[in-house]
Amino acid sequence: MTALLTLDGLTKAYPGVIANDSVSFEIGEGEIHALLGENGAGKSTLVKMIYGLVRPDAGHMTFRGKPFHPGEPRAARAAGVAMVFQHFSLFEAMSVAENISLGMENPPSRRQLAARIREVSNAYKLPLDPDRIIGDLSVGERQRVEIIRCLLQNPKLLIMDEPTSVLTPQEVDVLFETLNKLSSEGTAILYISHKLEEIRTLCHHATILRHGKVVDNCDPTQQTARRLAEMMVGSALHIPAKKNLHPGEVLLEVDHLSARSRTPFGTSLKDISLKVRSGEVMGIGGVAGNGQDELLSALSGEILVKREMIRVLNVDTGDLRPNERRELGLLTAPEERLGHAAAPNMSLTENAMLTAHQRQKLTTGGFLRWNAARGFARAIVKQFDVRTPGIANAARSLSGGNLQKFVIGREILQNPRVLVVNQPTWGVDAAAASAIRQALMNLAEAGAAVVVISQDLDELLEMSDRLAILNEGRLSVPAEAADLTIEAIGLMMGGMEAADVPA
Amino acid sequence: MDFSALSPVALIASLMVASTPILLAAIGELVVEKSGVLNLGVEGMMITGAIFGFAISVETGSPWLGLVAAMVGGAGMALIFGILTQVFLSNQVATGLALTLFGLGFSALVGQSYTGIKPPPFPRLDIPALTEIPYIGKILLNHDYMVYISLGLVLAVWYFLRFTRKGLILRSIGENHTAAHALGYKVIRVRLLAIMFGGACAGLGGAYLSLIRVPQWTEGMTAGAGWIALALVVFASWKPGRLIIGAYLFGGVTILQLNLQAVGVNIPVAYLSMAPYVITILVLVIISSDRKKISLNAPASLGRVFHASN
Repeated sequence: MTALLTLDGLTKAYPGVIANDSVSFEIGEGEIHALLGENGAGKSTLVKMIYGLVRPDAGHMTFRGKPFHPGEPRAARAAGVAMVFQHFSLFEAMSVAENISLGMENPPSRRQLAARIREVSNAYKLPLDPDRIIGDLSVGERQRVEIIRCLLQNPKLLIMDEPTSVLTPQEVDVLFETLNKLSSEGTAILYISHKLEEIRTLCHHATILRHGKVVDNCDPTQQTARRLAEMMVGSALHIPAKKNLHPGEVLLEVDHLSARSRTPFGTSLKDISLKVRSGEVMGIGGVAGNGQDELLSALSGEILVKREMIRVLNVDTGDLRPNERRELGLLTAPEERLGHAAAPNMSLTENAMLTAHQRQKLTTGGFLRWNAARGFARAIVKQFDVRTPGIANAARSLSGGNLQKFVIGREILQNPRVLVVNQPTWGVDAAAASAIRQALMNLAEAGAAVVVISQDLDELLEMSDRLAILNEGRLSVPAEAADLTIEAIGLMMGGMEAADVPA
Repeated sequence: MDFSALSPVALIASLMVASTPILLAAIGELVVEKSGVLNLGVEGMMITGAIFGFAISVETGSPWLGLVAAMVGGAGMALIFGILTQVFLSNQVATGLALTLFGLGFSALVGQSYTGIKPPPFPRLDIPALTEIPYIGKILLNHDYMVYISLGLVLAVWYFLRFTRKGLILRSIGENHTAAHALGYKVIRVRLLAIMFGGACAGLGGAYLSLIRVPQWTEGMTAGAGWIALALVVFASWKPGRLIIGAYLFGGVTILQLNLQAVGVNIPVAYLSMAPYVITILVLVIISSDRKKISLNAPASLGRVFHASN
């Protein structure tokens, strides 16, 4: 196999951190190459250098036999590099065709482009209507837009940053089919993912980064997922164990909950019923944008509903405000870490105070008890292994995984009776994710009712006692997690009930 | 009271003149906001344009040179705002307010020696055969050129935003600046250009007041027109067509209430003077009452600070 892209000694330093330290490897033509590493290992910086968004401080690249130093994404695209971003770079209020046109150097006229989109999307079995508005599309369809945008430029190298974290298993299968087809046509793919099983089935070669350095490379098909994880972390991995418990009394009861979404592209909740018992982890799966945010808002009290629709410890709470719910013992941790779960520019101490001031008695008569708050913040940092220089640091200065540990830890340490979390390990590396899952399971073991909303099916199967799926704002009847397979859940995500899924 | 003094033809003809300054300022601000920037300094840029246009017209004797100077003055003010907010990442709301205050003071200083002077007259459209047509000729075809230029500008902006690639890029930056940056578009450069266009339009609107509508220079003569233009953009849901409706509505009620005052209607003057503001806002609020539609049109990155993280 001839080398398509060769990286030689790429180095990029930011104040205080070396994001990439002399990284060298090569990607062959038509090769599917995995890039593995924990959060903060330098994967994003590396691909940004290849895509021309960041300039390396030292080192050089060779692409198709020529020196390659893209000064901007246009240059990279012109050379034949395309990229699908982790946080989609799509414009919600614009149409599919407009979005695709924005990602091209010399887009054809509107009508020709629409025809090309139809043609290419059908050829790769990713059907798309060019006139639809992005905001109305499902996450899987949005990703198709990104991929088609790349494919229309006939790239030689396609970079994919965490492409499957939001897809149903069936959508993942379709994606892999497309990627294998591309690979057989000679397009190389640089694939970044935390999902090690996927890398094992898809990729031909893996390069492992740790702290900005290449520490290892291997053929992932010859390794176990666990071994890959250990190469990333550099130590043995602890996988949380589930204990068999007998659930106790019902702590959270949702009764025919309906609520309108407040955002233009949100999903309204329709007739959701649910009971969660003490000691139980209830998993709620489903593709993003099917009402997850709305469900969390309804439970946290950001959306008020009819009084009797939500009951916590046998008290009607549907129309209570978030603080009154916290008083009762219902705590929540939303998905968006910066700006929703935590105030980005406030210190960790202040953020600790924001949700915990009642249950931890961090205020007296309207005045803040700074010492108590600092003590509480320190306790979170210590018990949840939050890596930060100190609790006076702003929340935004923490990496995603560390802030997530802080946010979840803040709620768990308040000793909730019911805890609802949305995407607790989104974008968090393997070691931090397993620590968060363990903490949530320990909380359930201690007698709380835990609701985990997540799009990561492996996570849900690992943690939940029972599992239900949100689809277009409706919740399926919960099923025992032990009886379900990934395939069955995938079909439920598409709208089938557990009972109808062929065994 | 003598209502016969109110001639509908004269009313409609003068409403187009009264609306033009607001329409000019508003179409400029629409482009700025579509690129994701909120510039609250419209009033300051307008009044700067008013005095620049006035002074240069008087000094050179050419009203057209005056208009060019007004555009340069407005764009220059806008550039101050642009550099502060886009390069030094200052807060857009505070900077815009400061720009308004600065413009009001600065124009008063420059304009000290120009009070009470008459500017050179501005040519008006006069096609002998057409202007003679009853009603239509007087209403539509007998204005100064700027009235038609302002309408042409609205049409051009609509076409630019809807059908051109540059317009698409500008909208994409207003919609999601992070994504636009990731695709390699120059967020800051496009925004600076949009801000300067907005300033030039506001300056033109100001000069229209001092050179054509009034025409003379008085301190603070914009009298809140910049703020109305800002409100129009929002209530017109960022649509150029609705901007014309809003601006002409405002102009129309302004002219009507002035005429009603003149014929001595039995309503306190204070109510009549507030009528244009109240009625325009009310009507536009009703038009744009569908909140979901509004948020679909609103540039999602409006007013947010863009900071390329790498």
